[in-house]
Amino acid sequence: MSEESGLSRRRFLTVATTVVGVTGAAFTAVPFLASWKPSARAQAAGAPVQVDISKLETGAMVRLEWRGRPVWILRRSADMLERMSQVVDQLSDPDSIESEQPGYTQNETRSVKPEVLVVIGTCTHLGCAPIERFDVAPEDLGPAWEGGFYCPCHGSKFDLAGRVYSGVPAPTNLPVPPHRYVGDNLIIIGEDTGASV
Amino acid sequence: MNSARADAVNGGQRSPRFIDWIDARFPLTKMLKEHVTEYYAAKNFNVWYVFGVLAFVVLIIQLLTGIWLTMNYKPAAADAFASVEYIMRDVEWGWLIRYMHSTGASAFFIVVYLHMFRGMMYGSYKPPRELLWIIGMLIYLALMAEGFFGYLLPWGQMSYWGAQVIVSLFGAVPLVGDALVEWIRGDFYISDITLNRFFALHVIAVPLALVMLVVVHILALHETGSLGPDGIEIKEKKGPDGIPLDGVAFHPYLTSKDLVAIVIFLILFSGVIFFAPEMGGYFLEHANFEPANRLKTPEHIAPVWYFTPFYAILRAVPSKGLGALLMFMAIVVLFLLPWLDRCKVKSIRYRGWTFKIALTVFAVSFVALGYLGLMPATETYVLLARIFAGLYFAFFLFMPLYTSMEKTKPVPERVVFHD
Repeated sequence: MSEESGLSRRRFLTVATTVVGVTGAAFTAVPFLASWKPSARAQAAGAPVQVDISKLETGAMVRLEWRGRPVWILRRSADMLERMSQVVDQLSDPDSIESEQPGYTQNETRSVKPEVLVVIGTCTHLGCAPIERFDVAPEDLGPAWEGGFYCPCHGSKFDLAGRVYSGVPAPTNLPVPPHRYVGDNLIIIGEDTGASV
Repeated sequence: MNSARADAVNGGQRSPRFIDWIDARFPLTKMLKEHVTEYYAAKNFNVWYVFGVLAFVVLIIQLLTGIWLTMNYKPAAADAFASVEYIMRDVEWGWLIRYMHSTGASAFFIVVYLHMFRGMMYGSYKPPRELLWIIGMLIYLALMAEGFFGYLLPWGQMSYWGAQVIVSLFGAVPLVGDALVEWIRGDFYISDITLNRFFALHVIAVPLALVMLVVVHILALHETGSLGPDGIEIKEKKGPDGIPLDGVAFHPYLTSKDLVAIVIFLILFSGVIFFAPEMGGYFLEHANFEPANRLKTPEHIAPVWYFTPFYAILRAVPSKGLGALLMFMAIVVLFLLPWLDRCKVKSIRYRGWTFKIALTVFAVSFVALGYLGLMPATETYVLLARIFAGLYFAFFLFMPLYTSMEKTKPVPERVVFHD
């Protein structure tokens, strides 16, 4: 074997060893990086939540937790829906253009079924939890109040569709989580297969 | 002296000593000479040159108290807050060890900020010390990560919501933002999983990196040499014995000087621990005395003081993505300092008025941003934050310009003493 071919053989072996080594290291990195992803237990806790609303009375609200965030389901009365439409000109994003929701709820009532509202109960300002104030024209919120949600932290106001009023710190409407109906009164929250009513 | 006497006793034949046994197997004497007793630094070091040693002292304090805290702390969402209260109330001297650690965190940033400012004043980042500066910047980054991860551990309201805000920042990364945030948290919200992971990073990963970087930083310093406030390379003027004429050995000359600084530092440090451990809510924020509640946000969220200059830049920009980018850039530009500064003269003592003004503007902007980051984001404060953020970046952006046409004074041959 000539000295020249010995050198090129050595160079080839060096490159080959390096390539194999780097590939092996890259594959070994996968389990270390992937182990940072939500674990099976975290995913189970973050899995879609099924809720039966057949016993939810008109005008009442249930709270549940999905992915560590509070989800509210409110069955609105015809009167509430009527009052909602009266405040449209006081809202900052009445058509939910800037806000976060699945496409199938970007409508006047921000819901799949007009009477059933499903929203995430976290203020879009700094993440406080607003409180429900369904009473009309209470002393503290003024005569123009037609019912909705009020954030005690910084005074953000939302209507009965979770739409934010203008002139308050919260920038957008309360987000609507992905959800779908599997029966008339059975909702799965966290699954996003469109408005299959 | 001892060896001289031994020589006399043995008639010129020196008896083998224990140190020789070691030195034949490990270069102990050689290393001590190279880094301690025969490492020469400029003899006119002023008070600005104590902060490197002080940072080392704080590092030791943090490592020691940190290890002791892990002996009683429980990194689980259900137990963390109660275990910190347990340390504070029931563990013998637990309150002292925890206050040393929490005060140490702020002390670390105080001495490191002063150490960095020293470097900027006297040109310690200039060739051939670019790498020394970059290693130092990496230490600063590791320190910020350490502070951030550690702040979640008490699992108070400010811990929780601070982590929530900072982790959410990564959501501003295009395309992968939301997935990245989920990956960092390991859950769909800041949870037990996140706490456990931050604990691992805070007590193992980052401290390990920090200690290794400190070793590398010192090795790089001893390779290039300490510059001193005149910005003169003392190695260029050596005596017949090969020792720099303007140099003094680190030990005993600088160690004895540093000892004074360490004593003064420890007096101030103890003063804070015993009389103002919360420092009026700046070292330990009041909202953190309430356990984390993921359904209720504190009224006013502000990070701890050492992050507020960057937080103010973030808030000054109306767009979330651009704000996060600028905040990130505010740190990246510091890395580029050795190449942005075109002036050949190192020390501020012999540099022109343009740099002196620019550095003053920079320091004032940094402090002002730090103050504004603590305040609520009202219209006036946001406007001020924009002005100072602009000045902060202007210092770096225009640096190649104003430093290349700088009118400098002649640099003396040998070091001089200033009163």
